[in-house]
Amino acid sequence: SVMATPRADDWSWFPALALGVSFLKCILINAYHSTDFEVHRNWLAITHSLPVSKWYHENTSEWTLDYPPLFAWFEYSLSHVAQHFDKEMLVVQNLIYTSPATILFQRLSVIVTDIVFIYAVKECCRSVREEKGSKDLLGHPFFILAALLLWNFGLLIVDHIHFQYNGFLFGILLLSVARHLQGRHLEGALLFTVLLNLKHIYLYIAPAYGIFLLRSYCFTKDNTDGSVRWSSFSPVRLVALGSIVISVGALSFGPFIAMPAVLSIWCRPRGARGFLRCLVVCALGSFMFGWHVHEKAILMAILPFSILAVESREDAGIFLMLTTTGHYSLFPLLFTAAELPIKVLLMLLFTLYSFTSLKKLFRGSLLNPLETTYLLGLVAVEILCEVVYPLSPWQHTLPFVPLLVTSVYCSLGVSYSFIRLYVSLLRQHGTDKHKQL
Amino acid sequence: MENWSLVSICVLFGLTARWAVSLNSYSGAGKPPMFGDYEAQRHWQEVTYNLPVHEWYFNTTDNNLNYWGLDYPPLTAYHSLLCAHVAKLINPDWVELHASRGHESYGHKLFMRATVLVADLLIYIPAVVLYSFYLSEGSNKKKVCTVLCILLYPGLILIDYGHFQYNSISLGLALWGVVVLGLGWDVLGSLAFVLSLNYKQMELYHSLPFFCYLLGKCFKQGLAGRGLFLLVKIAVTVLVTFALCWLPFLSDPGQILQVVHRLFPVGRGLFEDKVANTWCSLNVLIKIKTILSTDTQLYFSLTTTLLAILPSSIKLLMKPTLWQFKLALVNSSLAFFLFSFQVHEKSILLPAFMLPLFLKDGLLVPYVVTSLAFLFFSIYLLSAFEHCSEDKLRLGPYRRLLICMPRMDLGRVTKWKFYFSITAMAGLSFMSVALAPPDQLPDLFPLLVSVFSYLHFLGLLLYFNIVQIAEPLQSVRKNQKKSN
Repeated sequence: SVMATPRADDWSWFPALALGVSFLKCILINAYHSTDFEVHRNWLAITHSLPVSKWYHENTSEWTLDYPPLFAWFEYSLSHVAQHFDKEMLVVQNLIYTSPATILFQRLSVIVTDIVFIYAVKECCRSVREEKGSKDLLGHPFFILAALLLWNFGLLIVDHIHFQYNGFLFGILLLSVARHLQGRHLEGALLFTVLLNLKHIYLYIAPAYGIFLLRSYCFTKDNTDGSVRWSSFSPVRLVALGSIVISVGALSFGPFIAMPAVLSIWCRPRGARGFLRCLVVCALGSFMFGWHVHEKAILMAILPFSILAVESREDAGIFLMLTTTGHYSLFPLLFTAAELPIKVLLMLLFTLYSFTSLKKLFRGSLLNPLETTYLLGLVAVEILCEVVYPLSPWQHTLPFVPLLVTSVYCSLGVSYSFIRLYVSLLRQHGTDKHKQL
Repeated sequence: MENWSLVSICVLFGLTARWAVSLNSYSGAGKPPMFGDYEAQRHWQEVTYNLPVHEWYFNTTDNNLNYWGLDYPPLTAYHSLLCAHVAKLINPDWVELHASRGHESYGHKLFMRATVLVADLLIYIPAVVLYSFYLSEGSNKKKVCTVLCILLYPGLILIDYGHFQYNSISLGLALWGVVVLGLGWDVLGSLAFVLSLNYKQMELYHSLPFFCYLLGKCFKQGLAGRGLFLLVKIAVTVLVTFALCWLPFLSDPGQILQVVHRLFPVGRGLFEDKVANTWCSLNVLIKIKTILSTDTQLYFSLTTTLLAILPSSIKLLMKPTLWQFKLALVNSSLAFFLFSFQVHEKSILLPAFMLPLFLKDGLLVPYVVTSLAFLFFSIYLLSAFEHCSEDKLRLGPYRRLLICMPRMDLGRVTKWKFYFSITAMAGLSFMSVALAPPDQLPDLFPLLVSVFSYLHFLGLLLYFNIVQIAEPLQSVRKNQKKSN
């Protein structure tokens, strides 16, 4: 039985967690969906009905194809399944076509492609450092990580209500990270290249990849003090790497704001975990300072950061701050009244779980009173923006105020987390070299 | 993790599942002129808000009983009145006399769904949590799993949040009754059950067990002393509660009669539609509806129901323990469902057997998902298949009955029977959705579903009766760990 003390190799709880969240996703099939639904239907139609040469020229719909080619091929393969559900959705002229079969197909396609994400989470859990000492199943870091990732609030509402394919994409990202944690660097690099060709927004974390791979993979040995041993440079490895990740190399000197972080993994690499930390910082930095950023991009920082959060007390504290604020900032994405209880309930579910499980894991409070007060303030912001303000006279004259308040309030939390994360990364310089890589 | 956080997570998950189902369609959506149960509930709010109490159950110019006339006891009416007051605050159009008929809108649907959620949260869910923690056995983890599985039960979710009803109130109150009785507070327990009965007359299905259990307890405590005192206390509580619920109608006997007439529509015949009980299934072979007169049908069904419930009730009277009480509840409700008059398929609240109803409502996807989820979680979390031994299933009496048959592992037989049933149910569900019935037999699939279900219910009735009756009157002292 699952409730008896589990053996270390008894992973029967993992399919249960995955299946449970999949059932939840299925039951949200008929919830509100955004214009992104039409975007993807349009891309199914374009890739199915038109020759390849026309894919990036077609503009009957305003939602032209603006993802890299590999994603177009992904939509193309989906469209072959789509035709068995409803052929009409594949007609380019059928703008905003939402028959029940179309909705069912598109929703199911997101749920099914999430299998990549589920597999990636399994691989990440296997790489998590296990602490000795008998704990019951719910207290193990890998269980907590699996729950935090599989049941991530942001991913649930962005993918399965708003409608996107982030589960599939983040699955590839997390799989790449897992491969690096397992020391399988070539596979990790390959996966990242695939990811870049699916969605170019991941360029933001390319610097972390580029420098890490160059430093830790191409230079096979370090000096005793951890600095570069130039003589250990391996041309073979570089060629191997280069032949896979040409684009990564070309873009590895990207946003200057990431320079100190990126530099740190050149000078004092902390192995795969240092790389992961840098990746999170890059992602968060790009979220804070990038061009035309979507609020959904916060997930690019939150999801990989989950791995670090179950391994270190300080990271867990930053994680709680970042996720709660970041997830709350996604609330404006679901503005319909019917979905209000769903987003509140799911937010409470995830927040309650993350707080209680991490507190139990690290035995004690992870946030100081100021941080706790700030997070409790989110409740006040929510009530103000979604209950009080709409009933006030200013709703018609100044309708943007709730959005403004939400953005400004959340930016405080996100910036604070960014700074703390950056500081923690730089502070790892000069600390003990015997930390496991 | 501490219990409170685990339970909160289960409750939050249960609430999410409920609200997600409520995003789907409801009974009678977009189907004038009669619509469905959703419109019925809205109509009752309109009637109770705008008309004086003595007109609620009567046919008047303002109140046409043919259009969803009130046919539940007074507590439902008071609840509708309360909701109507809230509705009036938000949007008076929703309860406007006559003008609001067939009103359907986004905002109104949200309001109606919200009323179900609030009632559930206040009444049913706390009862489930308390029941799992105080009245079920096992470790704390096991109790949390019990909470989760009960909260995920698809029948209640689909009927209350999909089709649209307020079963969580009556079931919740009855469950409060069970919990409170289990804690030993007999008077409060009877109060809770009387309230439940006054919300939906369907709770009569559970009335005999409550009655026999409490009466049995009184006998046990000795009718010469404390037992009599207890009996008097309970009787007074019951009568006073009834009186309070029916207060506005007590002034005129004609009122009381009319309400009873609405609650028990004896004029409507033995059964309607396809329902998985004896009469409907029997009708396939012998057309009893046409052979017997309505009065004969009534007496016949009453007699058979009482006969079916008799063994279980007597056993409970003789041995009023909590375990017997729980068994009797199952037996009583099954017996009533199978044999009584004018039963509706919703009364059983068992999802697979309400499939035709859900298809009509457009609730196929929620039905499939919630049923699969419930099956999976029950089997996985409560380790159902591991407890499939003869001992655990209490199949001892069967072993004695089947003494002439070759030696076989009844536990495994049960397990395979379960697989077979599930496969058959899936097959029937699939056929009902995907295939068209032959022209000579247009009702083929609903009929197959109901007969198949009927056989299962009959089997369950027999099984639980045997389990309840076979338990020895005095528990063996050595066996102190035997569950209560």
